[in-house]
Amino acid sequence: MGIEQKLGDMGVVTTTLEKAVGWARSNAIWPMLFGLACCAIEMMSTQASRYDLSRFGMELMRASPRQSDLMIVAGRVSRKMAPVLRNLYDQMPEPKWVIAMGDCASCGGVFNNYAVVQGVDEIVPVDVYVAGCPPRPETLIDGILRLQEKIKKEPLKKWQ
Amino acid sequence: MSDSPLAQSLGDLITETRVFRDEVTLITTRERVVEVLTRLRDGEHFEVLTDLTAVDFHPAEPRFALVYLLTSLQRNMRVRIKCFLNGSERAAPTVSGVFASANWLEREVYDLFGIHFEGHPDLRRIVLPNDYVGHPLLKEVPVQVEEVSFTFNRRRIEAGKIFAGE
Ligand code: SF4
Repeated sequence: MGIEQKLGDMGVVTTTLEKAVGWARSNAIWPMLFGLACCAIEMMSTQASRYDLSRFGMELMRASPRQSDLMIVAGRVSRKMAPVLRNLYDQMPEPKWVIAMGDCASCGGVFNNYAVVQGVDEIVPVDVYVAGCPPRPETLIDGILRLQEKIKKEPLKKWQ
Repeated sequence: MSDSPLAQSLGDLITETRVFRDEVTLITTRERVVEVLTRLRDGEHFEVLTDLTAVDFHPAEPRFALVYLLTSLQRNMRVRIKCFLNGSERAAPTVSGVFASANWLEREVYDLFGIHFEGHPDLRRIVLPNDYVGHPLLKEVPVQVEEVSFTFNRRRIEAGKIFAGE
């Protein structure tokens, strides 16, 4: 019984380390428990039993930025909140990603005024923008799936 | 000028009384506002200052109106006191000595309109960040802060956002 025979029975898959790491990362994202306005209600229902975000490897929202690697900016960011948001982002360990959920987080939405940041891309780098006011849970899940695709393709070098 | 029992009891302190569908508005001057509120609180049982706000009538003069809304729980009554300020003065005496709730309400008016309250114990911004420049509810401040984005101007707008288009 040679080893070749045995390996032949089991089948061997070769891949690159990069792909393996990307696959592992993309299926165990821990989002941060961070809701800012009405969009957060949809984010909650996305996690709840009806839409059940854990089907996609996001079992639990972490209440601490230090334990999470995805920030879903759910809602409008007021100018006073902007430094706090940036601070939370800086506290997240790398690798980390950001989803701008809803029109307000993406571009200011209906609040084109002095009080609201016109899109969180003024303060943090955004990976996926999810449109809608508020986006339905399906839309958010679609955004998350797109982020997973993106993470799978990401080179390791990016987070060195 | 319509007469109301409240205006009669305050006499000279009131310059004008307006009654619209049983809503009483008493108009006074900025020097007398503190006395009017004190008299209404002590003599007429208006024990709650429900709101204190301002209106900007730019470019008309007098430019600002300060509005004080009082409620009497005992008499189940409301009254509105107004006083007008010129655009150049932008200051009024504080009423936080009469009603403690005026403290934060005056800070809000200061924050959004830039009206100073003389004698206020702690006149700081309350709703906007401390380093905010300007007073956004003034009429000369534009309502929109950002141009509406189309294909032709999108690049210019995004140029101001550090992380856009990454
Ligand atoms: S996009 Fe709509 S639902 Fe979401 S925070 Fe803005 S106003 Fe609320």
